[in-house]
Amino acid sequence: MRLKLTLLFMLTAAVAGAQTPTVQVAPYHLEGSRPLQQQTAESAVRDYLQAWQSLHAAFLHNQPDLLGRDFTGTAQKQLAHAIAAQTALGLHTTYNDQAHDIQIVFYSPDGLSLQMLDTVTYTQQVFLGDQSIAQQLMKARYVIVLTPAERRWQLRVFEAQRP
Amino acid sequence: MRIGWIAGIASLAFWAAGAAGQTLQVPKSVVAGAAISIPSTGSGAAEIYIVGPAQVLHQKVQLGETITIPQGALYAAGRYLAILSGQSVRGHWAFDVTPSPDLEKISFLARPSRLPVGQANGVSGTVYLFDAYGNLILNPVPVTFQYAAPGGPAQERTLTTRDGVASVEMNSSSRQGNANFVAHAGGVTSTRVVEQVPGDPCSLKMTAQPAGNQILLKTDPVRDCSGNAVPDGTIVTFTETQGDRQTTVDVPLKQGIAQVTVPAEPGARISVASGVVLGNEIRWNR
Repeated sequence: MRLKLTLLFMLTAAVAGAQTPTVQVAPYHLEGSRPLQQQTAESAVRDYLQAWQSLHAAFLHNQPDLLGRDFTGTAQKQLAHAIAAQTALGLHTTYNDQAHDIQIVFYSPDGLSLQMLDTVTYTQQVFLGDQSIAQQLMKARYVIVLTPAERRWQLRVFEAQRP
Repeated sequence: MRIGWIAGIASLAFWAAGAAGQTLQVPKSVVAGAAISIPSTGSGAAEIYIVGPAQVLHQKVQLGETITIPQGALYAAGRYLAILSGQSVRGHWAFDVTPSPDLEKISFLARPSRLPVGQANGVSGTVYLFDAYGNLILNPVPVTFQYAAPGGPAQERTLTTRDGVASVEMNSSSRQGNANFVAHAGGVTSTRVVEQVPGDPCSLKMTAQPAGNQILLKTDPVRDCSGNAVPDGTIVTFTETQGDRQTTVDVPLKQGIAQVTVPAEPGARISVASGVVLGNEIRWNR
């Protein structure tokens, strides 16, 4: 079944002090036997955007346990490993997402995985102790695979490439 | 001359975002797990940090020499900053780590693991392709799906992944038994076993014969619409109606048939059903 739907909404960042990213969700056009309901799509996008806030907080405070709500599997292990490494080096990092351009591209027939692409603009700032040693506006095309957990969608694959 | 001009542009690209006077020639893109050589200028000791959400590395370096990140050290695909930090130098450069093109693992999800026979597009298979470091391989890769089940020719379809994923739906065949559902790509094979079970009864037919002052009701062997025996334990319901009085008996199939004795009531109507399938009706006139 083919489904066309346009979603365009803004989300307010829940983390105090965080900038509110602009969010655009492109119309999706999926082929496959399982229709993607609007509510499902909105939940997945909402949970994905909240995962960015968790990512930001976890790398800022060097607390990998903050990832547990939103990431799972390989993605969670990889991010936690990176946090452990930067902690050992006396680093912490901020990833402030500023803009998202999201497209849902795949919803599996069994409903157990959903893939989206997101061209993200974010600022990465790296601190050695209290001193900023790098700040860079970055743009990346993220490939995300989400799987449903008990109460929300979790990111199982979170992989960036040059847009 | 043209090559030299292109090389010059490439060098400028390397230098973008770097510190004035101090330069790392960081490649714009490297393959996951590959050794990386980063020529540097200047002199003195410094440190390089490679920082991204997917991985963080650190190495002490000597400026003026080529910095080498050993094979296997930087393996997580993603966008990174290479940060040069020393007493008098500082700069940073963005670059990418891309997945290795060599497929190592297929994550193959086949659902459901058990389904009735004769279901069009009843079983689905979804694959995600990963390299040796667990990076999703984003370049298109052909994947062949095969579904081989009893009672029908093997189904085969070849699809190409998009952003690391491909998905297919297959029909279950007409005979019960185990089916092999195989995904094959780049020399890597992953197999799942799907159990095909009989469907619902296709029809029900019972006979009745006297047994003393009772009636022995017995079904013919119960089969699905493909001729497979419906599993023992499936409930068959016999109903005897006499005037306003109705007696219902649930009987599990044993060796493919269901049988029961009910009181012989002249003029009684007796019917049989299983699930949504209704069988024949008998009027007992003896």
